[in-house]
Amino acid sequence: MARMKFLCDADRCIECNACVTACKNENEVPWGINRRRVVTINDGLPGERSVSMACMHCTDAPCAAVCPVSCFYTTADAVVLWSKDLCIGCGYCFYACPFGAPQYPRVGNFGSRGKMDKCTYCTGGPEPDGSAIEYEKYGANRLAEGKLPLCAEMCSTKSLLAGDGDIIAQIYKDRVAKRGYGSGAWGWQTAYRETITT
Amino acid sequence: MAMVYARIRLVATAIALLVLAAVAPVAAQQPVNPTADAVKEQQLLQQFKRIQGLGTIPDIKSYTIEQPQGRQWEHYHEAVLPWIGTIAMLGMIVLLLIFFLVRGMVRIKAGRSGVNIVRFTALERSVHWMTATCFILMALTGLNITFGKVALLPLIGPSAFSKWSLAAKYAHNFLSFPFTLGVILIFCMWLAGNIPNRVDVEWLKRGGGIVSGDDPPAYRFNGGQKGVYWIVVLGGTLVAVSGYVLMFPFYGTTIAGMQLAQMVHGTVAVLFVAAMIAHVYIGTIGMQGAFEAMGEGTVDLNWAKQHHRLWLEEEQARVGPAELERQPSPTPATPTA
Repeated sequence: MARMKFLCDADRCIECNACVTACKNENEVPWGINRRRVVTINDGLPGERSVSMACMHCTDAPCAAVCPVSCFYTTADAVVLWSKDLCIGCGYCFYACPFGAPQYPRVGNFGSRGKMDKCTYCTGGPEPDGSAIEYEKYGANRLAEGKLPLCAEMCSTKSLLAGDGDIIAQIYKDRVAKRGYGSGAWGWQTAYRETITT
Repeated sequence: MAMVYARIRLVATAIALLVLAAVAPVAAQQPVNPTADAVKEQQLLQQFKRIQGLGTIPDIKSYTIEQPQGRQWEHYHEAVLPWIGTIAMLGMIVLLLIFFLVRGMVRIKAGRSGVNIVRFTALERSVHWMTATCFILMALTGLNITFGKVALLPLIGPSAFSKWSLAAKYAHNFLSFPFTLGVILIFCMWLAGNIPNRVDVEWLKRGGGIVSGDDPPAYRFNGGQKGVYWIVVLGGTLVAVSGYVLMFPFYGTTIAGMQLAQMVHGTVAVLFVAAMIAHVYIGTIGMQGAFEAMGEGTVDLNWAKQHHRLWLEEEQARVGPAELERQPSPTPATPTA
């Protein structure tokens, strides 16, 4: 089985936000929720970089560890998924997540959170693959159809890469070797406890 | 004339271009490095602990793209807090059990007098029990968040545990309001009797008389009770404030603020529970004649003489012994014929 990862090559990201839009459309993401977002660091200054960030599907995912109802699970492809039936909306996964991925629809009083939502790596949820109920709760299950997440698949500059960790790491290494520079595999050390040496 | 000037200008431009073309290869030899001043992940993390930028959606907290301290908070929540909680609560239970086995129940030495005097009014008891009920329910629902998945989930299964935990979350949130009110009322109601003084120093020096059994004098509240009062007031304030920060997430706080609020809330809460276990012990099986003070609101005269001599003298001076002792005890110590 592959070990699925995301890699955002910040030297290629042009902050077009197409990954964000594609994700919203493909997964019919609830209103007010962004499973993926693009953030620009040092915006307007020399050396600014944009990074497209979503759930990184961490090794030893902190969200899964802190969940008081243990609603998370990791698939054979190392994708971190969860059950909306079990989630109680406590918000702890957001405190633990190094990448700010979990989000909660505002329901009811105070800061009451609804069922958590985050990037599924276009892998649906615990319901049967490709079922209507799976789509309604979690969005598309492209992985079951042999396709990679749409955000990375349609990235116009191929900045955002998805796929087996070793393969995308090699692609990134080759790129850096050829063009002679690279600002690094953002989030890899934190998420996967390893980085790409270029 | 204009024509001549135009010619000169053309020739000058051509020469300038030629010079530039000659110089250009020299410049091209300098390698272009577009990342010379580009932001670097490791550098940002070392500098700021977390990486923030600017986004295009209204959700400001999404502008933080990386905060590795999430894993440190995970360590606190999954390793540190359960250990603090287990040691504090189980440790307290074990200590009390040993104490009970060694010392046994603290008895009224002179036996029951059969005369009761009022210790806590109906209002005081209502406030106490409102706060206590909220505390017990919030302690159980709160401990469920940390220990439920280990202690309860394997017993009842994920679906039932999730339903209970959701209800527990709502109960925990809503009960915070009467609990906070209770802590405020307790603070105001009993503040006068809980200012530490010299009598408490003497009381504490003699271990409250519980160990030695020599019963040092005390006013309405002795050193130990004052300790419980301040644990409730200060601990209650800390859990209430940190709890409301958690209940209104990201209202004026950042991710670091939320993590800190949870750490304060969790640590203070488990220590609070441990302290209250001791409070429950001494108010029930630990001491004869203590529970009725908060139960019926009255205590036996001999209990008051033994544990709160100075308070009893005050009360007798205030209303007169006859008035105080007018009410006969429902359970006389000496059996009637």
